[in-house]
Amino acid sequence: MVLALSVTTIVVVVLLWEASMPRIGEAWRRHKARRAIVPTFDHDPGRDLRAEQKARTLLRSCVNEEEWAMYRDLGFIRVWGQRSQGVEYAYLVYPHKPVVAYLPQTGVLLNEYCVEFPDEERPYGTTRLPDSDDVLAKWMALTGDERRLINSANMHLPGRQVDPKQVRRDLWRLSRWERQRLGGDDARRSAGSLPA
Amino acid sequence: MVRRARTTAQGVPSLCHNRGVKFLRMKPGHGEVLIAEGDPEVTEEERELVEAFRHQLDQGMWAAVPLTGPAGRRQAQMVKAFDEIPRDADRVIFFPRAAGG
Repeated sequence: MVLALSVTTIVVVVLLWEASMPRIGEAWRRHKARRAIVPTFDHDPGRDLRAEQKARTLLRSCVNEEEWAMYRDLGFIRVWGQRSQGVEYAYLVYPHKPVVAYLPQTGVLLNEYCVEFPDEERPYGTTRLPDSDDVLAKWMALTGDERRLINSANMHLPGRQVDPKQVRRDLWRLSRWERQRLGGDDARRSAGSLPA
Repeated sequence: MVRRARTTAQGVPSLCHNRGVKFLRMKPGHGEVLIAEGDPEVTEEERELVEAFRHQLDQGMWAAVPLTGPAGRRQAQMVKAFDEIPRDADRVIFFPRAAGG
């Protein structure tokens, strides 16, 4: 009788243990999480602005004069594709937006390559590089190892994240901007300030 | 970072003391940060540079060297090993590896 009662008690205790252990563990984890000190970072616009200024200086020192002027005036950089098999193509590189591939001759949009460069060390609690650093990272990866970057990206049809109307407008702005630069160069050349 | 030895990797005194390469790393909220600087021709400094380079790659960084190609064309060269850094490079830029967004 005593033996049967003991066995029953042990079985009941084990079953209760099994049933309640996950809940107890979860409650303990929640308690610890509530007490944990989570580092918080106040948003400092001045810090972000200084970081962006440094990033712009670095970008300017790496890309050519035309690309820098393009970024300064239009907010994006065009990078020519290097894997061409007879068809010329290019990318529009925006800060913190997908890279858009297109055909310069026709303006046809090919793909969006969604790619980012998250810094998992999270200084100041964010993984996001300054805008110009993001553009420079894309530019370096595209000009240095286009295939590697494209393979790392998620490819989508145009319009997934970047509005195609916006891209077409940007392409129109780019062509107008290039014509103006060309006109300016011609004018300076005729005035003798630029070599022919 | 500290220029201590003035002998080349081959043990020959370096003739050119002002040549060096900078390792820069892009960081959120910072812009680029100088993480190492030295002359790869100087044994001691080369060792420190190799160590810094490996450390960055171990942290998952990509490394690129901005270059000026023929006809003034600007481009970058991605480097996966210290030996791949061009001898005339004045800086190597480290940035977080790309991930699908």
